Amino acid sequence: MATRAPRRRRNLAPFAFVAPFLLLFLLAFALPIGYAVHQSVMDVEYTGALGLGGSHTVFVALDNYSDALSDHAFLRSIGRVLLFAAVQVPVMVALSAGLALLLDSASARGVRFFRAAFFLPYGVPGVIASILWGFLYVPGVSPLVDGMRHLGVSVDLLGGNTVLWSIANIVTWEFAGYNVLVLVAQLRTIPAELYEAARIDGASAWATVRYVKLPLLRPALILTTVFTIIGTLQLFAEPLVLKPVSSSIDSAYTPNLSAYNEAFTNDNYHLAAAEAVLLALAAFVLSFGFLRLINKRGGDA
Amino acid sequence: MSLHTPARTLPPSGETPASDDGTTPRGGITGVTARSRILVTGLLVAAAGYFLLPVYWLAVASTKSTGDLFGSFGLWFSHPRFLSNLREVVTYDDAIYLRWAANSLLYAGVGAAVATLLAAMSGYALAKFSFTGRDTIFNIVLGGVLIPATALALPMYLLFSKAGLANTYWAVLLPSFVSPFGVYLCRIYAAASIPDELLEAARIDGAGEVRIFTVVALRIMTPALVTIFLFQFVGIWNNYFLPLVMLSDSKLYPITLGLTSWQSFADRQPQLYQLTVGGAFVSVVPLMIAMVTLQRFWRSGLTEGSVKG
Repeated sequence: MATRAPRRRRNLAPFAFVAPFLLLFLLAFALPIGYAVHQSVMDVEYTGALGLGGSHTVFVALDNYSDALSDHAFLRSIGRVLLFAAVQVPVMVALSAGLALLLDSASARGVRFFRAAFFLPYGVPGVIASILWGFLYVPGVSPLVDGMRHLGVSVDLLGGNTVLWSIANIVTWEFAGYNVLVLVAQLRTIPAELYEAARIDGASAWATVRYVKLPLLRPALILTTVFTIIGTLQLFAEPLVLKPVSSSIDSAYTPNLSAYNEAFTNDNYHLAAAEAVLLALAAFVLSFGFLRLINKRGGDA
Repeated sequence: MSLHTPARTLPPSGETPASDDGTTPRGGITGVTARSRILVTGLLVAAAGYFLLPVYWLAVASTKSTGDLFGSFGLWFSHPRFLSNLREVVTYDDAIYLRWAANSLLYAGVGAAVATLLAAMSGYALAKFSFTGRDTIFNIVLGGVLIPATALALPMYLLFSKAGLANTYWAVLLPSFVSPFGVYLCRIYAAASIPDELLEAARIDGAGEVRIFTVVALRIMTPALVTIFLFQFVGIWNNYFLPLVMLSDSKLYPITLGLTSWQSFADRQPQLYQLTVGGAFVSVVPLMIAMVTLQRFWRSGLTEGSVKG
């Protein structure tokens, strides 16, 4: 990839190519982050009796952060998405890898059809998927819930203990097929000689999966995991859409929902900014933490 | 031209039909037993049932009246009246649905096209030129991939409202022009597929940098660019949080926001339940057809990204 040292007259070309993107990146990424950090350490102070003397913005250091972190509803929402991630990430990765390996196995027929069927939900926006599944969760409308009741099983898919997993189902439904697509594409890059070698060694189908396919899937699995972690922390549209039909979902059900409500319902932009910064930090720490863990393990292997 | 074509370093974007429909055994194990075939097919059918069931429900529900939506068995038809439902969806409230559809097309189409071009320019420059700050820029962009978009939307709204950009088309378009993941993919693809010798030869022939980029680089990078365009298009089309935060005028809404606004009024106006379901069906069908027919383009660029990731 090493390029020869460019001659002087060409020195400006790469900057010109990168500049438009960088400018917009600054506007849509760097500036908002900087502004969020700035907002998060400020607050509005009211003066005079009952605050009627006017207001001005003052520096409050980390007060908003300690407010956010001592707010039980916000803390519970963090615990909730962490629990959600702890279940959702392994389920998503295992399901996607399992389906990809099935599609890639010698016994599979109609691969083109199945792959398309799995991938279809990726084209359905999250809010529409949630409206859809909402109809499939509400008793009296849902053929699933009513069908179960006819069989004598009563299920409540929108209750306090279940609705989180009903949301997990929506997220899995939306994105698993996309992950399958990435993983199948990765499996197709495995050179035929490797399979040939495995066959000559007398490896069983399972041994081929274990010792040839899974290790080579590693990079794609890592990518899938990181994107699933980031996506999970952003949980917003699904609980928002299900809120009217489930009394278990409150306005601080996820950190994102909480920040949104602080900003647009309570007009508390400063607290909302602190919550947004905490969310971004959590995403960074978790995805980098995961990548570090993986690299350490990879070093031993 | 003695190109080291992408085909050598990348999987071909079109697959050979033989391996694609599964008639050629993959995995190198030739002895496929009937039992394993039944097991694998059974699992695949079960999974397909899971992924297709809600779509089937939506198709059936879009043909029902509001009464039948709640009063008949969800998985079968009851007095189908799809066309009159469709007419209601597109004519309701001065055909606002069609306006939402046009908005979604505008946001996703223009947003994805500009994002792809900008990603191609920077990915190419980051891969094919060495200049001060190159690695710093690339690392910052990579960090951008890891930032949750929703954490950015709130502060961006505050900034945009100060600049008078909130509640305009630009509020949704400007952030859509930026695809850090696209830059990442383009850099990797350009590094692997554009030979330095070809660029040198073009320079010796006296071609300018812009011309080399548009004539040589863009052409070679096309498979990756199609992937990035599709990726960004669906991402913008499906986005909900950004337009929700930015837009208050329902004339600027994309379909996602419009349909949820119908749904939220349905308590008071039950007819809107049917409009929401019908509108969802109509909006989902073209995108699903596009996704399935363009499937192969999703793979070529992505594999390359994950190999090096």
